Amino acid sequence: MKPTDIRNPDYFHKVVDCQWACPAHTPVPEYIRLIAQGRYDDAYMINWYSNVFPGVLGRTCDRPCEPACRRSRVEDGQSTEPVAICRLKRVAADYKDDIRARLPQVPKQKNGKRVALIGAGPASLTVARDLAPLGYHLAVYDQDPQGGGMMRTQIPKFRLPESVLDEEVGYIENLGLETHFGQRVDSLKAVLAENYDAVFVGCGAPRGRDLEIPGRQEAAANIHIGIDWLSSVSFGHIEKIGKRVIVLGGGNTAMDCCRSSKRLGGEDVKVIVRSGYEEMKASPWEKEDATHEGIPILNFLVPKTFVHHNGKLTGMTFEKVKAEYDAKGRRRLVPTGEPDHLYECDDVLIAIGQENSFPWIERDVGIEFDEWGMPKVDEVTFQSSRPGVFFGGDAAFGPKNIIWAVAHGHEAAISIDKFCNGEDVRERPAPMVNLMSQKMGIHEWSYDNDVSLDQRFKVPWNDVRATLKNIKLEVEKGFDPATAFKEAQRCLNCDAQTVFSHNLCIECDACVDICPMDCITFTDNADESDLRKRLNAPATNLTQDLYVSEALKTGRIMAKDEDVCLHCGLCAERCPTGAWDMQKFFLEMTHAGPSCRDKHSAPGRKAA
Amino acid sequence: MTYIAKPKLHHPTLPANKIGFTRRDYEGKISTLCAGCGHDSISAAIIQACWELDIEPHRVAKLSGIGCSSKTPDYFLGNSHGFNSVHGRMPSVLTGANLANRDLIYLGVSGDGDSASIGIGQFAHVMRRGVNMVYIVENNGVYGLTKGQFSATADQGSKSKRGVVNSDSPVDLAALALQLGATFVGRSFSGDKGQLVPLIKAAIVHPGAAFLDVISPCVAFNNHTGSTRSYEYVREHNEPVNRIDFDYWPKREEITVEYPEGEVVSVTQHDGSVLRLRKLAKNYDAHDRITAMNYIQQHQAKGEVVTGLLYVDPDPEDLHRHLNTADAPFNALSAGDLCPGSAALEKINASLR
Ligand SMILES: Cc1cc2nc3c(=O)[nH]c(=O)nc-3n(C[C@H](O)[C@H](O)[C@H](O)COP(=O)(O)OP(=O)(O)OC[C@H]3O[C@@H](n4cnc5c(N)ncnc54)[C@H](O)[C@@H]3O)c2cc1C
Ligand SMILES: Cc1ncc(C[n+]2csc(CCOP(=O)(O)OP(=O)(O)O)c2C)c(N)n1
Ligand code: SF4
Ligand code: SF4
Ligand code: SF4
Ligand SMILES: [Mg+2]
Repeated sequence: MKPTDIRNPDYFHKVVDCQWACPAHTPVPEYIRLIAQGRYDDAYMINWYSNVFPGVLGRTCDRPCEPACRRSRVEDGQSTEPVAICRLKRVAADYKDDIRARLPQVPKQKNGKRVALIGAGPASLTVARDLAPLGYHLAVYDQDPQGGGMMRTQIPKFRLPESVLDEEVGYIENLGLETHFGQRVDSLKAVLAENYDAVFVGCGAPRGRDLEIPGRQEAAANIHIGIDWLSSVSFGHIEKIGKRVIVLGGGNTAMDCCRSSKRLGGEDVKVIVRSGYEEMKASPWEKEDATHEGIPILNFLVPKTFVHHNGKLTGMTFEKVKAEYDAKGRRRLVPTGEPDHLYECDDVLIAIGQENSFPWIERDVGIEFDEWGMPKVDEVTFQSSRPGVFFGGDAAFGPKNIIWAVAHGHEAAISIDKFCNGEDVRERPAPMVNLMSQKMGIHEWSYDNDVSLDQRFKVPWNDVRATLKNIKLEVEKGFDPATAFKEAQRCLNCDAQTVFSHNLCIECDACVDICPMDCITFTDNADESDLRKRLNAPATNLTQDLYVSEALKTGRIMAKDEDVCLHCGLCAERCPTGAWDMQKFFLEMTHAGPSCRDKHSAPGRKAA
Repeated sequence: MTYIAKPKLHHPTLPANKIGFTRRDYEGKISTLCAGCGHDSISAAIIQACWELDIEPHRVAKLSGIGCSSKTPDYFLGNSHGFNSVHGRMPSVLTGANLANRDLIYLGVSGDGDSASIGIGQFAHVMRRGVNMVYIVENNGVYGLTKGQFSATADQGSKSKRGVVNSDSPVDLAALALQLGATFVGRSFSGDKGQLVPLIKAAIVHPGAAFLDVISPCVAFNNHTGSTRSYEYVREHNEPVNRIDFDYWPKREEITVEYPEGEVVSVTQHDGSVLRLRKLAKNYDAHDRITAMNYIQQHQAKGEVVTGLLYVDPDPEDLHRHLNTADAPFNALSAGDLCPGSAALEKINASLR
């Protein structure tokens, strides 16, 4: 193998599994350490710069970082639980002081550029957050009376209290936005006619999929589209539901529908899903939460009819199916032949999917759409086929989640800033990277490298009898500071990188002998597949790189499997020559502003 | 000295041996030696060897004298018996322990100072007597613990860290052991586990006096230019005569391919186990004590360090055989066994009349 080029920012970035997996590349271990030190404000600000809504995301994020967490690959025995990265983010938000003084200032002197943002969901708000401090004039349109998008209209209050959302949406609205709330945009042409320098479309995926089976029309009064119903609940237009409720669908929307029903008078609430339990789209913890509230989930039932009596819904029939797999491992649902099942009910909520819809975009304004009615959007620049019109969030590539909307927003803001400065939007800025030794003394390191053996701590809940009575009472209480500290200590500090200097190594084997995970091998060089087999411990996880040095004095190389390294620093601690050093890798994405432009490459914001 | 405890976490695929232990179960406390000390690598090799041989830790007794090397038994086999004796007196304590309980595996760990200076008399007699043991000298050419004075094994002409040249002639412990009647003699290098681990394994199963002289650089006081015990010097002057391949015992997939292929000779030992020696020096015969002694001397004269299994007696005798002791260890003998009564005494007396 060729020696590893650690100057490539991606190399060490990949080792920080959580940060690499986070769409917005939040510096996770950095904020977790700050939480352990009780520096909640600093932890919050790191998050705020990266993901804009720490308090919201600390409660609701889809947390792609957690399945990636190294902790789940190295733990002994049955426990393979990642660090509670998401709920630690909430800790920063819960215990911070007033941080308003640390928010960016809006310059008095505007830069003369005007940008329209359609929709006030997380995607648009991120664009606004990034562009407002640069002096842009931003006009935000939303049909709803308040900003926040689906964070406000869809996510139930018992998962996300309104005060948390108001605070974080407020930080952005206070950056001097021109808001047009309660105003639906019906024509993109009309917007374009106002000569904005750029337009960002962040209108989400607002249409819930319907289920056209017999009885749908007749019983319509008690059949509701899940996201429309949730939004009405959110705005207080709906306060009650029947005693017996069927929720159709296996995604997170279905989970929010059933749990909300339970709080609005539903006594016998059940979720009925076509697929098996494992294949359901809902996150495992959402399913657990529903189960915890006594809501059964019935699987392998395909809806056949809405049963009604004189136009009054009385139940639904389902065909029982089973999964069969063909030679290629593809799943097919085939009828079991059992007679149809009938479930009685008073109301049905349909939560079987969400779609984009752009009725307000004229098809002759230069924006190309594909055969599925989706705009053609560049995956890197987020620009549509009409220069100056950008898409992001659920509007760009279909429904995802908040953190993806934020990540899109950051990238779109860069494109808009470059576009408005006459630069090529395809030239993307490199991230800001810093690598710094953590050695403080002969045996002192600036991070706590004594790996804790604790298992994941549980977030305490409010009493379920109380939460089921009040749709606004938050279910989770969040960690107290003492438990937060213990959970933070489970983090392995994957950003404390093992950096090897081949010219210092005397090949004494001390690092090989001490490494608890058998990561390090000195051996003859070979190509990667061969080398992976010859290491002291097999390196079978191909998603994790091998760190390979240049040839040493004996002609051998050092090869380290990054996969299960604990970042304990024992290699550096036991190395007599300092050939290993633990260095903190801090990577922050470059956001819109002078440092993203080609012409003035000023350094990015300093690390905390 | 390292203050962080080694985490209990280990590689998810770390295998267990036949008796259900992983290699990590054979570790001891975290080392307090200087970072990079060769002695730590020897500890790691002992751990590996015991794990590979499926040895129950409670069947091992570790004995040592004084010195950095003699401290190491604290850093491996944390669940075995241990005895840290006075400077140079480990061989006597080991002999006594072995006489009292012949059922344990005896592992003597010593330094070149401990064995070649103050303890040289003890060293000589434990070899002569053929005590069934593994005797490892972690040889760095200096008194590490007392800050790097030349030891009796330091080569004539080699330079101390301060630039002083050693004028005394060296004691060659391997040659001495051969001369004194050890039935298994090997030499190796702490930086070469591919060679060292099988040697330790072979020494453990050898039912007689097994001696290993392991060159082990002292990073603090003897790893400079002018030293003949530095990592670099030893690597450059290493002349392996053979390497042991273990077929008889289960082993992990070997990964070291640092030696060229050579002729393989099988040595069937007393207990039926087979040692397979891959010959690296063409005319070397590890069964011939005299050739071995000559060979070592000749190469030593050329400044080469001869390593490998230098000599093995496939059918060795040991102290218990010489003394015709009971098969059961002392602690298993009952009062009746030890004091068989007046009838037995009569018989003995009669035989002496
Ligand atoms: C029930 C449910 C629960 C969810 N829970 C979570 C969760 O826990 N965690 C998570 O990460 N994600 C969750 N999501 C997904 C998440 O809410 C979205 O992915 C995210 O909000 C998308 O952000 P966005 O900015 O692209 O658009 P949106 O948040 O959808 O915002 C778009 C805004 O544009 C407005 N708009 C649309 N068209 C027009 C128009 N023509 N004129 C004016 N305004 C317009 C809409 O009213 C809306 O306010 C959930 C979604 C649903 C449906
Ligand atoms: C009776 C006695 N004399 C002298 C000493 C001082 N002393 C301690 S260690 C040592 C030499 C150790 O050298 P070696 O056995 O080579 O061990 P190393 O530290 O090099 O591994 C000496 C002379 C002592 N502890 N006890
Ligand atoms: S930090 Fe060093 S010693 Fe610790 S697990 Fe990683 S490679 Fe091994
Ligand atoms: S401990 Fe340091 S000098 Fe020794 S082998 Fe490892 S990197 Fe090289
Ligand atoms: S002084 Fe020398 S022998 Fe002793 S621990 Fe340090 S390096 Fe090892
Ligand atoms: Mg010594």
